[in-house]
Amino acid sequence: MGFLTTTFNSLLGWARKYSLFHYPFVTACCGMEYMSAACAHFDIDRFGAGWTRFSPRQADMLLVVGTITQKQAPVLRTVYEQMTEPKWVMAIGACAVSGGIYDNYAVVQGVEAVIPVDVFIPGCPPRPETILDALLKLQDKIQKQDQDWRWKRRGS
Amino acid sequence: MSDRLRKSARTESMLLNMGPSHPAMHGAVRIMLELDGERILNSEVEVGYLHRGFEKTCENRTYFNLLPYTDRLNYVSPLINNVGYVLAVEKLLGLEPPERAQFIRVLMSELSRLADHLTCLAAMSMECGAFTVFLYMIQAREFLWDVIEATSGARMTASSIRVGGVRADLASGWEDSLRKAVAETRRVLKDVRGLLDKNKIFLNRTRDVGVISKEDALSYGWTGPALRSTGIGYDVRKARPYLVYDRLDFEVPTGERGDNYDRYQVRMREMDQSLRLVEQAAAALKGCAPPVRAADPRLEPGEAIARSRFRRPEESVRLSPTLEGAEKDLMPGILADDGRSVVPPKEDAYTSIEGLIRHFKFFMKGHGLRPPPGEVYQAVEGGNGELGYYIVSDGTDRPYRLHLRAPCLHLLAALESLIRGRYVADIIPTFGSLNIILGELDR
Amino acid sequence: MEETRVLNELRTRFPGAVRDALSLAGDDVLLVEREGFFRLAEALKAAPLDYALLLDLTCVDYLARSGCLEMVYTFLSLGRNHRLRVKITLPAGEARLPSLAPLWKNADWLEREVHEMFGVDFEGHPGLRPLLLYEGFEGHPLRKDYPLRRRQPLIPLREEP
Repeated sequence: MGFLTTTFNSLLGWARKYSLFHYPFVTACCGMEYMSAACAHFDIDRFGAGWTRFSPRQADMLLVVGTITQKQAPVLRTVYEQMTEPKWVMAIGACAVSGGIYDNYAVVQGVEAVIPVDVFIPGCPPRPETILDALLKLQDKIQKQDQDWRWKRRGS
Repeated sequence: MSDRLRKSARTESMLLNMGPSHPAMHGAVRIMLELDGERILNSEVEVGYLHRGFEKTCENRTYFNLLPYTDRLNYVSPLINNVGYVLAVEKLLGLEPPERAQFIRVLMSELSRLADHLTCLAAMSMECGAFTVFLYMIQAREFLWDVIEATSGARMTASSIRVGGVRADLASGWEDSLRKAVAETRRVLKDVRGLLDKNKIFLNRTRDVGVISKEDALSYGWTGPALRSTGIGYDVRKARPYLVYDRLDFEVPTGERGDNYDRYQVRMREMDQSLRLVEQAAAALKGCAPPVRAADPRLEPGEAIARSRFRRPEESVRLSPTLEGAEKDLMPGILADDGRSVVPPKEDAYTSIEGLIRHFKFFMKGHGLRPPPGEVYQAVEGGNGELGYYIVSDGTDRPYRLHLRAPCLHLLAALESLIRGRYVADIIPTFGSLNIILGELDR
Repeated sequence: MEETRVLNELRTRFPGAVRDALSLAGDDVLLVEREGFFRLAEALKAAPLDYALLLDLTCVDYLARSGCLEMVYTFLSLGRNHRLRVKITLPAGEARLPSLAPLWKNADWLEREVHEMFGVDFEGHPGLRPLLLYEGFEGHPLRKDYPLRRRQPLIPLREEP
């Protein structure tokens, strides 16, 4: 029985990691590198994550691209809470990771203060290859994590 | 629908929020709409979702340190912001960079302007449904960024334009890579013209949509391609020439009606002019090439430091390739020789005490780049219009006040009147054609 | 010279308003009193002076130095290709100025920004509310006495894990 569950677990992980729908929460300069990563030259679609879903309900990966200011933080929290499980978050760029070069009254020092983050991508802005490398690491994480099955009792 | 029904039916307007996170809102702008069906009765634009405290931060950084902050203002054409800031500080200092640096600055500015217009039209077309145009233009942008990256190390936010000149000379092999980029951009522009110029759907979405009159455009303080689409040919590069634009040959395209289609056409034709400027700058740079070294009598750094313990070595030092462009014999071409405002060449800093002291004093807190007290306003032609820096200096190494005249603020202030009475779908090309860059607007 | 003609004309029409005229780093600057400012601005906009564009409107905080805020306006005349800077000194307790929104439409947003950042009040403005900052933000960030890192979060932020 254990063999079947682990196989099913990895099958589910395989399916989830190669069919990520991402929601690009683009605010600032990193958005340009995100656009480059998503377009023909550096193609994110090769890794299965090409479809941009512009609704939190339809997406399972939230890409926080760019600076999050204090004014934007409630919006980010709302969007994150609107997403359904399972969901993963990538913080792209130095500003999303830790506030970047902006340490002042207006900028949240890292998206982790607002929502939980799975992958942090440093860079100002990160090269598209870095974003793709981070996507591969997230895919590893998704494959290895304990998949959340509907019929599995929580906490057991 | 019968007249009787229309008169007696109650119409209540609906409030709709095009929220700060929206695919068609480039960045984070919130438009709240009052709708009657699909027609917009009233709207309100809310900005500030990317207010990063640029002006306050700059009061706490030295003139040299705050250069990367200027890159991140209009982040699609970062080097133009650099140029504006650096020209303002040079105006305060009374410094004149060497000619080769001027041409490199022009080249970088025009490459940035091309990237800006490509991104704007790519996003606008994608939102109208022309996804192919988006992919083509972003690919052309990659080739332009390759040229910038080979020179400065960064694709986008390069910060390679410094007070006194540029930080690095053009990388070896730049001519081929630039030629390829220009050819690719020309090909893309030709393809896009074929796809969009007479495209019925595109015309329907953009012709006579978002129309603004000349008087309104002036009253809102519009500049740049948006103002030129109404017919007023104001371009800072022609009106107040800076760098070497007065020696270069280019035209300023204008539109007629001030609608979205004219803004699209003005940007396309401006890209042609930018390509001309790039070619002229490249020809001038090939003309005044840096001196070619015959043999390579340079010393290895360890050897030079060891020798300099006794006396200053006569030969120049071979630096690692990553510091190319900072070499002493290339410096006269690209950086003015001014002890107060320019980093000394690394050979001097590593091998002589004067160079070391100069280097140290440049970066020391309280010393370094200190313009005399005064104020200056310097404007350059950004991708969206007149990008102005107003700097108040009090003689210390930090600006007392640095204010950016953001062209996008004035463009967006007019959006509410541009979309009144139109459909919700008309917001998308209107907003896209204005090219609102939040980094610049919110600062 | 261009600015002398402008200056002379303005001085004759508004003897009390124009205090001084300078040329700083190549730009022409007019120092103006607050009382006659609105009529001066109307004259600048109308023909023949024809400063059709209000390029910029900002403020500088000299409170620690001389106890006043200084408003800086930049106008552009397309016909004569001339940029004019107008500066008005406002004492700390009376940071009020007539709004230019009836004359130039972009003054609306520019004045909202100066109001929230510096606390200058604009009389006659259609609706002074925050532009870049959010409701509930207290203080005027671009004043020198506001510390750079004083944060006022809108939502409670999570602790570091």
